[in-house]
Amino acid sequence: MTHPIHSHTFPNGLVLVAEPMMSLQSAAFTFMVPAGSAYDPADRGGLSSFTCEMALRGAGPRDSRQFILDLDNLGVERGESVSHAHTSFSGAMLADNLPRALAIFADVLRRPHLPADQLEAGRLAMLQELRAVEDEPSQKVMIELRRRHYPDPWGRPAQGDQPAVEATTLDDIRPHFQRSYRPNGTLLGVAGRFQWDSLRDAVGELLGDWSPAAADGVVERPAPSPYEHLPYESHQTQIGIAYDSVPYRHPDYFQAWGAVGVLSSGMSSRLFTEVRERRGLCYSVYASYHTLRDRGAIFCYAGSSDEHAQETLNVTLSELVRLAKGIEDAELDRLKARIKSALIMQQESSSARSSSLARDWYHLGYARTLDEISRLIDALSSRSINAYLARHPPENFTVVTLGSRQLEVRDGVP
Amino acid sequence: MEFLKHALPNGLEIVAECNGEAYSTALGFFVKTGARDETDAVAGVSHFLEHMAFKGTSTRSADDVNREFDEMGAHHNAFTNEENTVYYAAVLPEYLDRAVELLGDILRPALREDDFTTEKQVILEEIEMYEDQPPFGADEKARALYFGSHSLGRSVLGTAHSIRKLPVEAMREYFRRRYSPANIVLAGAGRIDFGQLAAIAERRCGAWEPVPTKRTIQPAAACDGFQLLHKETATQQYLLQLSPGPTAEDADRYAVKLLATVLGDDSGSRLYWELIDPGLAEHASLSHCEYQGAGMMMTYMSCDPPHAAGNLKRIVDVYRRAESEGIALAELDQAKHKIRSRIVLSSERPRGRLFALGTDWIYRNQYRPVEAELTAVAGVTLDELTVVLAKYPLSRATTVTIGPLRDLAAPR
Repeated sequence: MTHPIHSHTFPNGLVLVAEPMMSLQSAAFTFMVPAGSAYDPADRGGLSSFTCEMALRGAGPRDSRQFILDLDNLGVERGESVSHAHTSFSGAMLADNLPRALAIFADVLRRPHLPADQLEAGRLAMLQELRAVEDEPSQKVMIELRRRHYPDPWGRPAQGDQPAVEATTLDDIRPHFQRSYRPNGTLLGVAGRFQWDSLRDAVGELLGDWSPAAADGVVERPAPSPYEHLPYESHQTQIGIAYDSVPYRHPDYFQAWGAVGVLSSGMSSRLFTEVRERRGLCYSVYASYHTLRDRGAIFCYAGSSDEHAQETLNVTLSELVRLAKGIEDAELDRLKARIKSALIMQQESSSARSSSLARDWYHLGYARTLDEISRLIDALSSRSINAYLARHPPENFTVVTLGSRQLEVRDGVP
Repeated sequence: MEFLKHALPNGLEIVAECNGEAYSTALGFFVKTGARDETDAVAGVSHFLEHMAFKGTSTRSADDVNREFDEMGAHHNAFTNEENTVYYAAVLPEYLDRAVELLGDILRPALREDDFTTEKQVILEEIEMYEDQPPFGADEKARALYFGSHSLGRSVLGTAHSIRKLPVEAMREYFRRRYSPANIVLAGAGRIDFGQLAAIAERRCGAWEPVPTKRTIQPAAACDGFQLLHKETATQQYLLQLSPGPTAEDADRYAVKLLATVLGDDSGSRLYWELIDPGLAEHASLSHCEYQGAGMMMTYMSCDPPHAAGNLKRIVDVYRRAESEGIALAELDQAKHKIRSRIVLSSERPRGRLFALGTDWIYRNQYRPVEAELTAVAGVTLDELTVVLAKYPLSRATTVTIGPLRDLAAPR
C-alpha cells in the first residue's frame, strides 16, 4: 500500500530521508537539528528555544521581514518546535515551491544573522511564552511532570525559566548555534510530490558543503521526588502521572504501544470508559507514550474539580495497575483497526509523513515504511502484550498535582 | 471529483463530493441547531445533547457506541457552536455503510435519565475546565456584550446553574423540535459510492419523523461597549474585540478573509509586525466569524499586563491606518498566496473537505469545488478591500479584556 522510501547520507553526516506521495499536490519537509533543550547549559535553560527564535529573525540575504515575506509568497505553512534532543523546522506547501523553501531554510540553518538589535525583542517573545504557560494549568502540570520523571537534563522544559532567559546574551546564543547547528546529527525528512534525484541534488547543493562540528555530551542527574503538589488557584485540580516504558527503538516498543493504546486510544479505551464515561469524573483524561533515544515513558493526564480530584486520581491509578493483569483480544482488535486507518490516512498528509520519516531515522537509523509498520502491528497478539506487561507492569509512578489541595497518594498505590 | 446530492422524502439532504482517488471517507451529520436556538431555561442544552448522542440509542448502550466507532478505526468526534451541531467520522472506504449506520443511529439517542445524570457531571467539569483556560470565558462574554439581547449572544456551554437545573424532559423536547430530518444535512467527502450512501441513509434515516423547525433570524445590531474583567490569578492579560463583518451569505466574505490575513494573520501581517515581532504580545490575530444573517470580525490578543494599554492603542492605530491609507497590492498578493496554499493543503484530506462542503451547503445551499474557492480568492481586488474596510470599520469595536489589571481604558 505504500511508497518506497529513499535516503541519502551526505559526507558531512546530514541525512536526507524522503517518501514520494505522487497523489498529493503538496510537499512538506521537517529539519531536525541537534539543538535540543537537554543541551542547554544548566544556567541557561531555554537557550535552544532562544537560538531558534533568533535564527528566524533574518538569514542569508534576507532580513526578518524579507524572510517572512518570501515564505508567505511561496505559501509555506511553517512551524518550529524545540524538544529535548532537537530543534525542528517544518513547512508544507504546494510542491513546486519546495526547492525554494528549502533554500530559505538552508540559510536559517547555516547563515542566520542572530541580529543584536533584535535580541531584546526575541527575549520579550520568550518571556511572553513563559508567562502564557502559567495560564495553561493542563500544560503546566505536564511540563512539571516530565521535569520530575526523567533524569535531568531530559525532562527540562524547552521554554527554560525566567532568570535564565533574562540573563541570556548573544555570547550564549552564538556559540550554542555554532555547536549545535551542524550537519552531523541533522535529519531532513521530505514527503509529498517530488522527484528523488533532483531533490537529493538540490539538498546537496544547499547543504553538502556545510561543515560538521563535534557533538555535545550530557551529564545525567537523577530525577527528584515521586509525588509533588504545586499550589495553583483554579477550579479544577490537574493530575499528572508518569511511569517508565521502553524507548521507540526497543524490540518491545510495539508491545508497549499496544498496552498504552488499550488504556487510552479511542473512546472505548479503559481510562475514557472508567474515569469519564462510567463515573463522570472529568472531561479530559488520557495516557500517551513518549520516547527519548534511550528511555521511554507513559504520561497520563486528568483534570477534575476539587470535589472529584481524589477519586479521579484513585480510579486512574487503579486502571494503570489493573493493566498489568492483562488485556483482551477484543481490545487489541479495536486498536489494530484504529492504527490501520491512521496509517492509511497518513498517506493523505505530506507533513505528517515528513516528520515521521525524520523521527524514525533518529531513533532507528532508518525509516519504516507504512507496510512495515502494518506488519509489525499485525504480529501483535494479546499474549505478546500480556507477556510484556508481566515484565514491565506500570509501577513506580511519578505524580504531580496542581491545584488548591494536595491529594493523597498511597504508598505502593491501591 | 464529482458532486452529487439527494433528498429523502422526510427532508434530510445528502450531499457528497466523491473522489475515487481518495484513501479515506469523511462523513458528517450537520444539524442546524445550536446556542442561538435555545432559551434561558435550557441554556447549554444543544451542547449537552451532543454529548448525550454518544450515550446510547434504543438498540445500543454507550459502551456499544464507543466500541463500534473504535472497531471501525474511525476518527470521530462532534462539536457544537452558536448555530450548528456536527457529528463526524473519517473512516476507511470499506466502512461507509457501518459509519453512516452508526452516526445515523446516535442522532436518535435514547436520552436515558441515568446517563443524563452521569453526563451532567462531565459537562460541569467541562465548564470548570474552560474557566481555568484562557481567555477564562471572556470569549463568550464578549459575544454576549456585542450581540446584546440577540440570540447569537447566548453561551454555547451554558452555565453551571443552567446545566444543574436542566431536566431531562426539557432536553427530550428540544431534541424533538430541533433534530427534524429537514433540519439536518448528511455530507460526505472522499472515496464514496453515492448510490450506496443514499441507500444506507434511506434505510437508517428514512423513517425519521419530520416536524416543522424554524429559526428566527433577527437583524443583529452591534452593541458598543468596553468591559474590564478582573482576574487576579491570571498571569497574562487577554483582549477580545468584536466589530461587524459580512454574514455567511455575503460575497464580501472573500474580501474580508484577505483583509483579515493582511492585517491579522498569525505571521507576516500588520499586527504581527506591530505586536508579535517586537515581543509586545504573545498572540495577536484578526479573523472573520460568519453566521446565518450576521457576521463579525474578531481581534484576539494576549500579552503581559504592562503592555496591554499600549497594545490596545497599537491595534486601533493599525486599523485606523488601514482605513485611511488602504492596503498595498503586495500585501494583498502575499495574503492570496497564503490562502491558496492553505486551501489546497487542507483539501488534501477528505476530512478537511468535509467541513468546507457541509458549511457551504448549510449556509449557502451551494457546492463550491476547491477550484471555485481558489478562483474567488484570486479575483479579489484592492478596490474590494477598500470597500469592505469602509463597510466594516475595525477601529470601532466592542472590547472585553480579562486579566490581572484593575484599570485599562478604551483608547480615545
